[in-house]
Amino acid sequence: MTPGLINANPVVHAKKERERLVRPEDTNSNDFDALDIYDSVRDIRDPEHPYSLEQLSVLSEESVTVDEKLGRILITFTPTVQHCSMAAVIGLCLRVKLMRNFPAHYKVDIYVAPGSHAFEASVNKQLNDKERVAAALENPNLLQLVDECLASNDL
Amino acid sequence: MQSENNLDESLQLREVQELEGHTDTVWAVAWNPVTGIGGAPSMLASCSGDKTVRIWENTPTPNTTSSSWACKAVLEETHTRTVRSCAWSPNGKLLATASFDATTAIWENVGGEFECIASLEGHENEVKSVSWSASGMLLATCGRDKSVWIWEVQPGNEFECVSVLQGHTQDVKMVQWHPTRDILVSASYDNSIKVWAEDGDGDDWACMQTLGSSISGHTSTVWAMSFNSSGDRMVSCSDDLTLMVWDTSINPAERSGNGCGPWKHLCTISGYHDRTIFSVHWSRGGLIASGASDDCIRLFSESTDDSATPQVDGPSYKLILKKEKAHSMDVNSVQWHPSEPQLLASASDDGRIKIWEVTRINGLANNH
Repeated sequence: MTPGLINANPVVHAKKERERLVRPEDTNSNDFDALDIYDSVRDIRDPEHPYSLEQLSVLSEESVTVDEKLGRILITFTPTVQHCSMAAVIGLCLRVKLMRNFPAHYKVDIYVAPGSHAFEASVNKQLNDKERVAAALENPNLLQLVDECLASNDL
Repeated sequence: MQSENNLDESLQLREVQELEGHTDTVWAVAWNPVTGIGGAPSMLASCSGDKTVRIWENTPTPNTTSSSWACKAVLEETHTRTVRSCAWSPNGKLLATASFDATTAIWENVGGEFECIASLEGHENEVKSVSWSASGMLLATCGRDKSVWIWEVQPGNEFECVSVLQGHTQDVKMVQWHPTRDILVSASYDNSIKVWAEDGDGDDWACMQTLGSSISGHTSTVWAMSFNSSGDRMVSCSDDLTLMVWDTSINPAERSGNGCGPWKHLCTISGYHDRTIFSVHWSRGGLIASGASDDCIRLFSESTDDSATPQVDGPSYKLILKKEKAHSMDVNSVQWHPSEPQLLASASDDGRIKIWEVTRINGLANNH
């Protein structure tokens, strides 16, 4: 056991085979679906562990839904423990990844899965307060942590 | 022939000009209150995630009767983070800007050049809103540290903090002074609005009232509020997808020492917004504008149609215009021009500011 970790012994799953090629990172086309979004976020590294969000089952293909007509993307993730204090950081990583890879006019809503967090309502409120998100992204330490989680595509 | 009500419903919002310059989210716009009168060109300030404030002016196009908006000044290299809010003093000479860098800057307009004459420090972290009192003698700021600060303007461009108001349990999103009285309201992430005034002794400030869920208030973050011109009503907007209209008591017995009675929930305007409402502003002519995360601008007015439904529950407000895709991203701020009632400015995450004109679709009237 490593002391100080929120969840010292997470359950790690095997990486899933990719069902299709990953979309190029720099395309900004409107032509994408939920699987494209999932492909872009599945390899984000957990802030605490050297594993991807997919390997820790924080995310699965069912986590992402897209409403093209309304221009909305909804991501629901499942923290590994009920008291995960990293939920805000994970939410920030997801939001930044989408900001960088998908058209800016899409509305992104990020929630923890129902029943997956002890403070579900307050976590959801914080994850979707755009003023708090904007302030957090101006925090150099937090931004560095987010960048590190996003950079590790080769776990 | 059209009835008066039909005329109301035939308003449209015409885009006058799109102002480009900011390179990030535009969080707020503020009209200079003494411009646009007696030949003085209209002036607008905007503030942004790009850490700058821009001053825009409406100037006549030479040899024509038309005019256009242009950026006259960029206020930069003072704030080191997002500038979240800006507000002109009532005489239009000073501009206050509140920033995530924990400071509020005061700028003086000296012949078109803006000089930073003071920096108000004290908040622990992000300052989110700033507002001048009607007299111009008081300034209020609020922020992430859950506090509201009241500053007194002293001779020689000195600003002294006279009170630090604790009471909100979460970050305070906005402060707004009453249009005529020294009464301050604040809106918070804790879902409540608080009303502040000097206590009976007149030596400190106190919370007079909390407009929260216990009196049918908002059920999520309150982002903004605005008074009507007479100051006897207030409208608030929230992440709970509603606007709420609040009314001061007309019963003199309920009035407190400061002459303003308690606020009561008058009505809720729901069912029109399906994403967070970030901004609401009440025009002097009685139109309520809202700006929301669905990229739309909406206009509401008090319903005068009492033939259809009896007004058993008191006044109600109806949607009279919905401008789809007003911007390509969230609308963060809507502000009516102080003296030209048909002009509206809006600001968006798309980095743009737009000037709008309310006109009648049939072209009959531009002069309501």
